Amino acid sequence: MRYGPEIVAVGFFAFLALLGTAFGVDHAFRQHMAVLAFVLTASLVVLLRRTSFEPAAPVDPNAYLDEPIRYGSIATMFWGVVGLLVGVVVALQLAFPDFNIEPWFNFGRMRPLHTSAVIFAFGGNALIATSFYVVQRTSRARLFGGNLAWFVFWGYQLFIVMAATGYLLGITEGREYAEPEWYVDLWLTIVWVAYLLVFLGTILKRREPHIYVANWFYLAFIVTIAMLHVVNNLSMPVSLLGSHSYSAFSGVQDALTQWWYGHNAVGFFLTAGFLGMMYYFVPKQANRPVYSYRLSIIHFWALIFLYIWAGPHHLHYTALPDWAQTLGMVFSIMLWMPSWGGMINGLMTLSGAWDKLRTDPIIRMMVAAIAFYGMSTFEGPMMSIKAVNSLSHYTDWTIGHVHSGALGWVGLISFAAIYHMVPKLWGRERLYSIRMVSWHFWLAMLGIVVYAAVMWVSGIMQGLMWREYDEQGFLVYSFAETVAAMHPYYVMRAIGGALYLAGALIMAFNIAMTILGHQRDEERIGGAMPTPQAAE
Amino acid sequence: MSEKEIDDVSGVATTGHEWDGIKELNNPLPRWWVWTFYATIIWALGYTIAYPAWPMISSATRGVLGYSSRGDIRAALDAAEAAKGDYVAAVSQKSVSEILADDKLREFATAAGAAAFKVNCVQCHGSGATGSPGYPNLNDDEWLWGGKPEDIYKTISHGVRFAADDATRISEMPAFGAILDTAQIRQAAAHVASLSGTPSNAEAAAAGAAVFAANCASCHGADGKGNREFGAPNLTDAIWLYGSGEAAIAAQIRAPHHGVMPAWTARLGDTAVKELAVYVYSLGGGE
Repeated sequence: MRYGPEIVAVGFFAFLALLGTAFGVDHAFRQHMAVLAFVLTASLVVLLRRTSFEPAAPVDPNAYLDEPIRYGSIATMFWGVVGLLVGVVVALQLAFPDFNIEPWFNFGRMRPLHTSAVIFAFGGNALIATSFYVVQRTSRARLFGGNLAWFVFWGYQLFIVMAATGYLLGITEGREYAEPEWYVDLWLTIVWVAYLLVFLGTILKRREPHIYVANWFYLAFIVTIAMLHVVNNLSMPVSLLGSHSYSAFSGVQDALTQWWYGHNAVGFFLTAGFLGMMYYFVPKQANRPVYSYRLSIIHFWALIFLYIWAGPHHLHYTALPDWAQTLGMVFSIMLWMPSWGGMINGLMTLSGAWDKLRTDPIIRMMVAAIAFYGMSTFEGPMMSIKAVNSLSHYTDWTIGHVHSGALGWVGLISFAAIYHMVPKLWGRERLYSIRMVSWHFWLAMLGIVVYAAVMWVSGIMQGLMWREYDEQGFLVYSFAETVAAMHPYYVMRAIGGALYLAGALIMAFNIAMTILGHQRDEERIGGAMPTPQAAE
Repeated sequence: MSEKEIDDVSGVATTGHEWDGIKELNNPLPRWWVWTFYATIIWALGYTIAYPAWPMISSATRGVLGYSSRGDIRAALDAAEAAKGDYVAAVSQKSVSEILADDKLREFATAAGAAAFKVNCVQCHGSGATGSPGYPNLNDDEWLWGGKPEDIYKTISHGVRFAADDATRISEMPAFGAILDTAQIRQAAAHVASLSGTPSNAEAAAAGAAVFAANCASCHGADGKGNREFGAPNLTDAIWLYGSGEAAIAAQIRAPHHGVMPAWTARLGDTAVKELAVYVYSLGGGE
């Protein structure tokens, strides 16, 4: 029977969720379990409608398993648009507090929804989909574990839905970028171990003598995120039928654990993972060899070794002991060149293909992504210097820094990878429209530049206003005055975000039309191909 | 598959590996990259010698510069103290009126009070001390508890209706919803509105005069000008803490709001409260 074990498992868990709905000890947990029961029951109905009793068609053990990657590409696009839309809403909430709709859609609940949607739903789906795509092609092997890849895909979507609905219901651990509560954390752990098995299994059964550099980065990302997630979320639930838990850590140890996690979520999720993406899609799209094998080895190990120690720079000038602050800072400085190794390898791979910038907006997007990667990985170490941090900490400068990395690097490299993959996955000759990619590129660039520039100005202004004392040592501005001063920048920030969202919507349309098999009749970028003339 | 070849464009040899059509060039590490990396490592080592860094078994190295963030903040606070010179001591010893009489001291205390106001008071009274519904405007001439320097000082020091302070300012207008009927409340409201010339129902206002005399005049005075002994506001001016107009007044008669302000001496100390009193007095409405 097709889907036999799946139907039994989903049905069983739907029943458990229903019990949770009935016997949960707190209101939020009962609501959350009702959401879970609904999602699982709907999945059960879909599975039952699709089941059949015919013998399963034989699977070619050497053919690539691409269907979960197709689903993953669509999920990436969907969550990307959702995450960016929520981002624009929270930007508007900051500029105009009337956009706070109590209780479910206030800033406090929408902000983690935005960060988790863009990092884990959009970024996570992009990483899972591209890693499955890359590891099969660079290992010349089908994904390991049969349908385990499907479990990873659907299990991860369930995690996203549970995390997102939990935030809106007010269920949170209050740990930045790790807000989901204990039961959602446990589920993600199971999904992540399955992901590791699929990825590692595929590498182990590869039919290539060496492991490609992209796969080192993907593997480092998967392994380290598993460790970070488990340690940071160690906690004791108040009740096995309740939505609250207490962290295993307390005080400054708790803060340090949280930022060890938080910073390495940046380092291994948003840097190492997406470097893996870059190392495959940039040489493929440019059709050029990777610039330096030696640089890739050295910068990989240096990055992996140094990143993990840099977390304390998030806790400068706090109760964290001075020695730990110093170490966080110097490791961040030493991280500068290892980070830039990736930028050099990415940009120099294009040597010999720079002319393609003129005709291929996907290459243009990749170059911009790498450039923003370079800028963010310079700005990061700079902001970790204590003297700079004393001005920048807790201000919008940090938000600007994060977004030049997130919108510029993570967003653009993921968009480029999706643009590259989708025609190949669906067997289309090309995208629906190359010119729309160009529109997307320019809207995104304009959005990022507006966003980052505005946040720099407002962040530095905010920091200067906070620390402004008169000659007798008295505070010059009240906090409310600094908030009022930022209003125009907050409005402009929302406009920058809206531009970026507009680009993503164009992309969603372009991708959908490509999948549906259409091709837009349009002039080639950079003019028509010169027609070769026969020599006379 | 693993033959080394020369890339046509760059003239550099590949490593001989190939994955899905991707090859790798065997370029050396860029020199500037290597030297900058070394420089950051050497700088990092030097920095960890200069500053607290290396963890030992039960402590950490302190760094040869003797820096500590606590020492740093102590130095900054000491510098701020030094900049204030003898003023703080003078403020702590003198009364608010004496401070006001001394030009230099008044100037200092006003600046200090303004800074303290920005941190502690603007949340309710607003950045410009203009107040908001339920929170008095401190710029005008209406003083619920008196606008003389010592009155303001006492109000800030002990708060209003602040249960934890025995000397707090206290008044509690009864909820007349349980005492008067709806018609009487409407009439009283119309009468009160008419006292300040606010447009009101003339007929109800006339009938309300008797209600006012019987129920309200004991605290607010027969003429409605209020009484600071009881914190009873003047009803004849255009200043309304909970909104003007008959409806808002009626609501306040029926079930009055009783706003609370904390006692600040316990939180900020006597000196800061004196400075705040000087600042608030200077806002324009002091008597």
